[in-house]
Amino acid sequence: MREVAIIGVGTTKFGELWDRSFRDIAVEAGLKAIEDAGISGDDLDALYGGNMSAGRFVEQEHIGALISDYAGLSGLHIAATRVEAGCASGALALHSAVLSVASGWYDLVIAAGVEKMTDVNDDIASDLLVSGVDREWEAICGATLPSLFAQMAKAHMQKYHTTSEQMAKVAVKNHFNATHNPLAQYRREISAEAVLGSPIVADPLHMLDCSGIADGASAAVVCTAETAKKYTESPVYVKASAQASDTISLHDRRDLTTMDATVFAAKKAYQMAALEPTQIDVAEVHDSYTIAELIAIEDLGFFEKGAGGTATEEGQTELGGKIPINPSGGLKACGHPLGATGIRQVAEIVQQLRGEAGKRQVPNAEVGLTHNIGGTGGTAIVHIFTR
Amino acid sequence: MIGIVSYGVYVPSYRIRVEDIAKQWGEDGASMKAGLMVEEKSVPDLDEDAATMAVEAARAAIHRANLDPQDLGAIYVGAESHPYAVKPTATIVAAAIDASNAITAADFEFACKAGTAAMQACMGFVALNKLKYGLAIGADTSQASPGDALEYTAAAGSAAFVIGQDKVIAEIEDYTSFTTDTPDFWRRDLQKYPSHSGRFTGEPAYFRHTTSSTKALLEQTGLKPSDFDFAVFHQPNGKFPLKAAKSLGFTSAQVKTGLMVPFFGNTYSAASLIGLAAVLDKALPSQRILLTSFGSGAGSDSFVLRVTDSIEEVREKGQKVEHFLVSKKYLDYAAYAKHQGKIRM
Repeated sequence: MREVAIIGVGTTKFGELWDRSFRDIAVEAGLKAIEDAGISGDDLDALYGGNMSAGRFVEQEHIGALISDYAGLSGLHIAATRVEAGCASGALALHSAVLSVASGWYDLVIAAGVEKMTDVNDDIASDLLVSGVDREWEAICGATLPSLFAQMAKAHMQKYHTTSEQMAKVAVKNHFNATHNPLAQYRREISAEAVLGSPIVADPLHMLDCSGIADGASAAVVCTAETAKKYTESPVYVKASAQASDTISLHDRRDLTTMDATVFAAKKAYQMAALEPTQIDVAEVHDSYTIAELIAIEDLGFFEKGAGGTATEEGQTELGGKIPINPSGGLKACGHPLGATGIRQVAEIVQQLRGEAGKRQVPNAEVGLTHNIGGTGGTAIVHIFTR
Repeated sequence: MIGIVSYGVYVPSYRIRVEDIAKQWGEDGASMKAGLMVEEKSVPDLDEDAATMAVEAARAAIHRANLDPQDLGAIYVGAESHPYAVKPTATIVAAAIDASNAITAADFEFACKAGTAAMQACMGFVALNKLKYGLAIGADTSQASPGDALEYTAAAGSAAFVIGQDKVIAEIEDYTSFTTDTPDFWRRDLQKYPSHSGRFTGEPAYFRHTTSSTKALLEQTGLKPSDFDFAVFHQPNGKFPLKAAKSLGFTSAQVKTGLMVPFFGNTYSAASLIGLAAVLDKALPSQRILLTSFGSGAGSDSFVLRVTDSIEEVREKGQKVEHFLVSKKYLDYAAYAKHQGKIRM
């Protein structure tokens, strides 16, 4: 197996991009990444596009060929593949790109994530979110995605005495971080009182505990570690790319307060990278709901199981804390264009490791981690990067 | 000098509180009220529709300036809830107010801005000296699907403006329009309730059109926001006009006098015109007013109006907008549903 590196990343503005189409944002992110890598589109061997539900959001399937075509690459006839794992589709695109380069099959590959959510109304968007869990046994019985995360939150509160205030702190921190991220959807600070005073979506989750519906795209260019220096002075090395799965339904889980897919993916990733959780300097984790960040930072081994709420309350996950979590603003404040999120997280870590993250820079960050899940944790994908 | 010769307003006396609608659908009334900046909305009586309300406003306008309806040369009624799909509302109004048969008349539809479009059409005829007075009306009994976000604001009301060159109470100094094909809100033939594209109705629709039209007007006239004493924007809720005003450099003090949506709801084709009427109720001679309407689909018309010395005499002869704030009867949701024809027997 060959070592793999990332040599370029690019991300569009996240938010309600009313005047941009699905293909516009996919191509914009791709071109930014290609430009950042200092390569030409002609150099690419393959494209992996992570996307959850273009078929229902914009009534477009076969998006691999579409993106390749509108990026001006149709004449190259490269392999262009769409991959899907619910909200983890973005990380799955990178995982696929990494496998293809590591195996020796391809040399230079672009991994993209894209979702255009605002062409449908909020009711349809909510219904599409829940298609990432079990339609027959969860959605049809009335579950929405926030209601499932609310059950996890209730269980976590009961078992570990986690509080609504601790969950609110996740939103407060991530909104603050996003004030330094020009591409984030919500670039304004919010108070814990505002979170706790916002309408209940699914008890105990308030509106401001939930990430926003957004449009966005992000892309990363991957090549072998051996050739990376040919393109850039500052490649970021992919030390681990680990994917794991679990029951699709929340009610079949062993424990509502942990996501075994995350635990297993993290374990594999730390083994691959030969690193410990304590050696991670910065992480982008899947905070689609504030409770998800608390569960993630425990399952990833940054804190003891059940201690995520207290650690967050104490500021250990803030910029300048023990382990800064979601310096970008996370899904909460960047917005969560489903398939785009996994690559957007990678782009953030690449910028952090290059020291290009401006006011949200984690000083001397050398090792970074990304964590992207699908549904309520039916899939989890963990990547570890070093500079 | 082309301008407004007279004006009249009508708002039905029934109201339903935002909380009572929220209660019906399990929503939080207090946060709905705060989010929309709307307290309550007007509800038509069982036998009221856009035509009857257009007649009420037209009569009020004729009466206020003591005009002879036979002097009207054009009657245009703007509404998105004309009672007939085919059969004009304007002819009903013309007959009811005893206008001449030698007039041109038609119905206008442009979502919430059909009334200002009717004003522009009248201005054209007046400018050509083809008629003495034109009557432009915006009237609606707007409909919203039960439980839809629109239901909290969709209201009923009408406003009529007589346009002419004789005894003008507010000169229309200039105007602009900004129009695009934007599908933010629509109702197809034979559909009872309109459809809308959620938050898309905000930035790409309301804000883009109101601000583009207003900016074009400021550029065309060389006027600054501070040159205006009052600013009236289309008011689908309380928040949008204040936000649009702020982004253009107008103050909330300039907007406040004409902001009637908190008390009446969104009266659609009448909304910005009732706001203008509320300003004319109070404005002093030589004060300047900005009026910017918005209609989904989408477009905005902006006007610069300058109040003349004739205002004081004319306005006192008719019912002011304030009158409709006081005279009101509250309905519960069930009675409201009956009034709106939401209960089908």
